[in-house]
Amino acid sequence: MENNHPRAHRRACLRIVIALLSIWFFVSFGCAILFRDWLDANAPQVGSAPFGFWMAQQGAIICFVLLLIVYAFLMNRLDAKHGYTEAK
Amino acid sequence: MTQDHLNFIFIGISFAIYIGIAVKSRAASTKEYYTAGGGVSSFANGMATAADWMSAATFISMAGTVAISGYDASRFLMGWTGGFVLLTILMVPYLRKFGKATVPDFIGDRYYSKLARGVAVVCAIFICMTYIMGQMRGVGVVFSQLFGIGVPAGVLIGASIVFFYAGLGGMKGITYTQVAQYCVMAFAYTIPAIFIAIAMTGHVIPQLGLIGDFTASSEPVVPFLQKLNNINTELGFAEYTSGKLSTMNMFCITAALMCGTAGLPHVIVRFFTVKNVAAVRKSACWTLLFIAVIYLTAPAIGAFARVNLVEKLHNTPYSEVPGWFQEFEHTGQMAWVDKNGDGKIQYFGPAKSELGSASVFQGAKPSYPGYDAPENQRIGRHGERLLANKADDSNPNELWFGNDIMVMANPHMAGLPMWVIALLMAGCIAAALSTAAGLLLVLSTSISHDLMKKIIKPDLTDEEEVNYARFASFAALIVAAYFGINPPSAFIAKTVAFAFGLAASSFFPTLLIGIFSKRMNREGAIAGMLSGISFTIGYIVYFQFLGGHADQYFLGITPEGIGFVGMLINFGVSFLVSAFTPAPPQEVQDMVENIHIPSGAGDASEH
Repeated sequence: MENNHPRAHRRACLRIVIALLSIWFFVSFGCAILFRDWLDANAPQVGSAPFGFWMAQQGAIICFVLLLIVYAFLMNRLDAKHGYTEAK
Repeated sequence: MTQDHLNFIFIGISFAIYIGIAVKSRAASTKEYYTAGGGVSSFANGMATAADWMSAATFISMAGTVAISGYDASRFLMGWTGGFVLLTILMVPYLRKFGKATVPDFIGDRYYSKLARGVAVVCAIFICMTYIMGQMRGVGVVFSQLFGIGVPAGVLIGASIVFFYAGLGGMKGITYTQVAQYCVMAFAYTIPAIFIAIAMTGHVIPQLGLIGDFTASSEPVVPFLQKLNNINTELGFAEYTSGKLSTMNMFCITAALMCGTAGLPHVIVRFFTVKNVAAVRKSACWTLLFIAVIYLTAPAIGAFARVNLVEKLHNTPYSEVPGWFQEFEHTGQMAWVDKNGDGKIQYFGPAKSELGSASVFQGAKPSYPGYDAPENQRIGRHGERLLANKADDSNPNELWFGNDIMVMANPHMAGLPMWVIALLMAGCIAAALSTAAGLLLVLSTSISHDLMKKIIKPDLTDEEEVNYARFASFAALIVAAYFGINPPSAFIAKTVAFAFGLAASSFFPTLLIGIFSKRMNREGAIAGMLSGISFTIGYIVYFQFLGGHADQYFLGITPEGIGFVGMLINFGVSFLVSAFTPAPPQEVQDMVENIHIPSGAGDASEH
């Protein structure tokens, strides 16, 4: 059982990484670059800014900060579950 | 009290604080010198990393770039923040667990090879050197404007201050100085933005002003961005909210900047200063949050500055322009050529392409007749400063300005109080000094630790090593100061692309595979690094220095974005070569297994 810990931890960790990086790719390269023209035309405006433009200049950066907060939270919870938490 | 006095007071106070902190927390051991003893709180480290990351170029030029290129500038905004997501999720927790003080250390141990370590040291030195040259130049320019001394003297003053606290204080000294510098930078950047946002849009928060309404005119209220688009199209520019770059190019440049950010050695080492892996994650959150404060404000400043500039200067007679215009003319950052002889400033697009060729005059940069030239060659009919360049009569645009002045001129244009301008000056210097200090530290440890101790003289004692590091930082500063005083023409601006391209095509893939693949061996890593770097360097040198033409771009990708392709090549070659060569030894495979276990990181820099 003890030997399974590192492997299970690593797999769970990889899942978190892949999930967060997909969001990262979607908000930056997706919304702000690849699908920008479509979003500018069809998505609701943010204030008076076209959606794709706003994502490129503000939204993506806000998402990045949120992603890191979620990452720290999920990883710390995962570490606790596998008994890797260290005393402060 | 004049503006100069206020500038002196603000900068004097900030310097006294920096030096006081540096003296109080100077390093006593190698451990403190390299990683501040590993006990910096994640909040303080977050601030210090943010200050380290934001250079004079970011602080001064980024808003200007946004003002001029609108949507296209998003590549910098996203590239330099999105890279931190990669850095935090894929790299630093594992590197911190590995527990060595420098990036070449990891590459040398993971790929069990002195050659790999050597290649990494050379890359690290080159990347840092490129950067630090630009910082020294920036410090020199700000000092020379402030004190009315020449740029060389300004560079030398800046260099000696940086040496004083980076060379002597080590990582511990600069970490706490950078905390103070971040605070100065954040106030200096956001306070002018808030003032201008209130004046132009009636919002207190600049980011809301950007997406709000333009209220500062008697005409019917229009959305602010609408106003900006109208101005741009009226004057013949591309719409502010839609860009000129192709989607492909935008994608590659953003990717290269992101991956480059995640591979920059001076940012990675910052995370070796905190206690354990959990603290690394927390510290990265703080870092990005502090960076976001500035990066979210930059688009607002850029947009406000653009409207201000056009409203204040377009179709204004030269005799009526405010005094700051002459000041910027004097330092060569603004120029006016009265092509149609009506005595009014006219500003029309497309003013300049991304490549920086001006439309006002022939040539990319203004040049001026010498001071011994007759007066009628130096001063024009309306009192303006005349250029030595010939006017470019193919278009009606008469106003030239450098990107850098947007942030510096913005408070003048908006008529803000003098203390705001003084604060901004102190912020510029803080930005340049903090980055230069961080880079200097990586440079000196690369030389003393990775080169001297690990490759040339393994029997160095701790004390000798720190002395080597101090000597190396002194030598590096002299080289950097030399290039700050004598910049190899437009070399510095061009080599910024180099630094990111190099980091993206060398460190990023090699570190990433080293962390996540047990099978990758030294043959694959070395072949991958060498092929990625040589492709990237070759491409940049060919197009930037050997006169390659834009028609020959590979898939239309500019040299700025080619680091992304270099990175893909590095990945491909690494996997290909390692598939045909023997697997790495068992202990290296165990080591890779071990860095994925987050606990037990211990102290960094046990060597």
